[in-house]
Amino acid sequence: MSVMSFLGAIGAAQREAMEADPRVIIMGEDVQANVYGTMGGKSRADKGDFLQMFGPERIRNTPISEEIMVGAAAGAAMTGLRPIVDLSYSSFLYLAMDQFVNQVAKNRYMFGGQASLPVVFRSAMFYGLNTGAHHSDRPYPMFMNVPGLKIMVPATPTDAKGLLRTAVDMDDPVLSFEACMLWGLKEEVEDREYKIPFGVARTVREGSDVTVVGISTGVHAALQASQKLEAEGISIEIIDPRTMVPLDSEAILNSVARTGRLVIVDPAHQTCSAAAEISAIVAEKAFDCLKAPIVRVVTPDTQIPFSPAIEKQLYPDAVKTIAAVHKVMNSKSRAAA
Amino acid sequence: MTRPNDLLLEMQRRMLRIRRFDERASKMVKRGEIPGTVHTSIGQEAQVVGACMALGEGDYMTGNHRSHGHPIGKGAALGPLMAELVGKATGVCGGKGGSMHLADFKVGSLGESGIIGSSIPIATGAALSSKVLKNGKVALAFFGDGASNQGCLYEAMNLSSVWGLPIIFLCENNQYALSTPAHTVTAGVIADRATGFNMPGVRVEDGQDVLKVYDAVKTAVDRARRGEGPSLVEVMTYRFNEHSEGLRIAVDYRDPVEKEAWLKRDPVKMFRAYLEQHGIADAAVLDGLEAEVAAEVEAAVEFADESDYPDPSVAFKDLYTEPFGVTQ
Repeated sequence: MSVMSFLGAIGAAQREAMEADPRVIIMGEDVQANVYGTMGGKSRADKGDFLQMFGPERIRNTPISEEIMVGAAAGAAMTGLRPIVDLSYSSFLYLAMDQFVNQVAKNRYMFGGQASLPVVFRSAMFYGLNTGAHHSDRPYPMFMNVPGLKIMVPATPTDAKGLLRTAVDMDDPVLSFEACMLWGLKEEVEDREYKIPFGVARTVREGSDVTVVGISTGVHAALQASQKLEAEGISIEIIDPRTMVPLDSEAILNSVARTGRLVIVDPAHQTCSAAAEISAIVAEKAFDCLKAPIVRVVTPDTQIPFSPAIEKQLYPDAVKTIAAVHKVMNSKSRAAA
Repeated sequence: MTRPNDLLLEMQRRMLRIRRFDERASKMVKRGEIPGTVHTSIGQEAQVVGACMALGEGDYMTGNHRSHGHPIGKGAALGPLMAELVGKATGVCGGKGGSMHLADFKVGSLGESGIIGSSIPIATGAALSSKVLKNGKVALAFFGDGASNQGCLYEAMNLSSVWGLPIIFLCENNQYALSTPAHTVTAGVIADRATGFNMPGVRVEDGQDVLKVYDAVKTAVDRARRGEGPSLVEVMTYRFNEHSEGLRIAVDYRDPVEKEAWLKRDPVKMFRAYLEQHGIADAAVLDGLEAEVAAEVEAAVEFADESDYPDPSVAFKDLYTEPFGVTQ
C-alpha cells in the first residue's frame, strides 16, 4: 500500500496497462508533456515518465481534433490496438459526438459482432473550479442514453485505479468521467495490480434510515453529511454505483428495501440525470418499500456561471444532502396513507 | 505498371459482380423484397474495383451508404451480402446492418457508414494500428464528393500526414451530393486540397477506366506500404441510377446532355472491349465470365431467400462482449 492521489492512481493504472500489453497506447492533447500528471513521473525514465519509458510511438500527442482522436482510436481498436484516449475536459467530448454515437457505440452491434472496440476515453469534469460554462460539464448521463458504451465515474483513488485497469482490459468501449475536484484526494491504495469489476456498486457506509446514492463528488458530499446526521441520530447508507453503465441497480434496490428512503446526490443537471434514471428504477421496482418520495440532489437546469460568487451554490453539497435527508425523514406521505 | 492478365480478368469479374448484384438489388427493392432502400454503384464500378484491386487481401477498407460495391470489390462473398440486404440471419452482419452498413471483416471491410464521412476516422485508426503493430497493412477510406466537405476528413488528413500513416483517401466524385451539384457547394478541386496537408493529391479524370484508377491507387498504396504516408486520390465518375432506388425527385437536377455523355462511358462495357482488343480474352471467355457472375448472383439471391430471419432475441445480442441489462 502507498498513499496515492486520485491522479496518481490513474497514472498507476495507465502504467500497469502499458507495461502489461504492448497493444496499449495513449493518445491525446499534451500527453507527452504530462500536463495533467497522469503520465508518470518527472520527465525521466527512472522517475517513471511515460514518454521516456514507452516512447513516442505509444505515447502520442494529437492535434486539437477531437473527432479524429475518437474515431481513429475506434478504428485502431477494431484492428488490434487497445488505445487510451485522453480528451482533457469532458466538455470537449461533444466535438466528437458523431464518432462516439455512430461509430464507437454502434460498430460491434451494427456489424453483427464482427468488431471489438477495446478503447477507453478519459476526460476530466472541471466543475466547481471557476472555469465557466465551457469547462464545467458533467455529461455522463448524455452518454448513458447511448447503448453500446460503458461508463465509469470513480469517486476515490482506489476505485479510479481498479476500474481503469478493468476498462483497458475490456473489449467494450469505456468512457471515464473524472471529477477534477477529486484530483488531489489521497488515500492508501494497493500498489499491486487489482481490477474492480464494472456494474458492482460499493457500499461506502452502512446505515439504516436512508439510502443515499452518491455519484462522483456526490459520494463525498454524502460522507460529510453522514457525520452531522449521525450526531442527530440519523443513520444513512451510502452507495456509490461507480459505473453508470452497467448500473448495479440490485445494490440500490436492496438498500432501499431495508431503509425505505432514497436520496440521490448527482452533480449532473437534473433533467435526464443519472439521478432521474435511478429514481425511475426504484419507483418502478421498489415503490412499495418507499416510506417517502425520492429526493434528488442535483444541479438545477441552468448553465454554469463563471463568478465564484455564484457557481458553487448550484452543485450538490453536504448542506443540500442533509436537507434532503431531513425531507425524506420528515415525510408524512406514507404514514398518512 | 505490370498488370498480369489474370488480374485484369479478375477486375472485370468484380465489376460484373457489382453490376449484376446491384441490378438485382434495384429490382428487389422496387418489388418490396428488400426492405428500406439501396444505393447502387452502377456506373461507378471501375472506380470501386480499380481502387479495391490495388489493395492487398489483408488491407483495410471503409466506405459509405453507396455500399455494396466496396465489399464486393474487396472480394466478399455475394450470398451473405444479399442475405444482409434482405435482413436474414445469414447476412454478413446477421441482419443488423442492412444495405448501408455492410462489413465483412474477413476481407478487410471494416464497415460502410450511413453517416457521410463518418467512417474516414475509422480507416485512419486502422492505418494507425498498422503502423504501431508494424504489420505492413494499408487502409483505404472511400468517400464521396459530398463527404469532402465534412470536417472529419481534414482532421483525418492532417493526423495521417503528421503521423505518416499508411492510408489512401479515395474520393469517389460522382459529381452530385444527392441532388446538389458538387461545384455549387465545393470550392476548388478536391484533389488539390492534399497540398495543404503535405501529401500527394491526384485526380483521375477518367474514372470509368478501371486501369487508370488502378494505376493511380496502386501508386498511392505502394507509397503507403513503403512507409511514406498518406495520399488523396480523387476519381471522377458518375452514377447511372438515381441517388437511391425508388427515389423520385421532381426537379431534373442532372443535365440530360451530360448524363447521356456519361452513360455512353459504361465502365463494364469499356473494359470488356479493352480485354478483347488487346487479346487478353476472347468473346467466348468473356461470355463465360458473364454467365458465371450471373449464376453467382442467382445463387446469392437463392441463399438469401432460403435463409431464415433472425430470432427476435438477436436484437439484444452483440451490443457488448458480455450481456447485461436488456442484453441478458
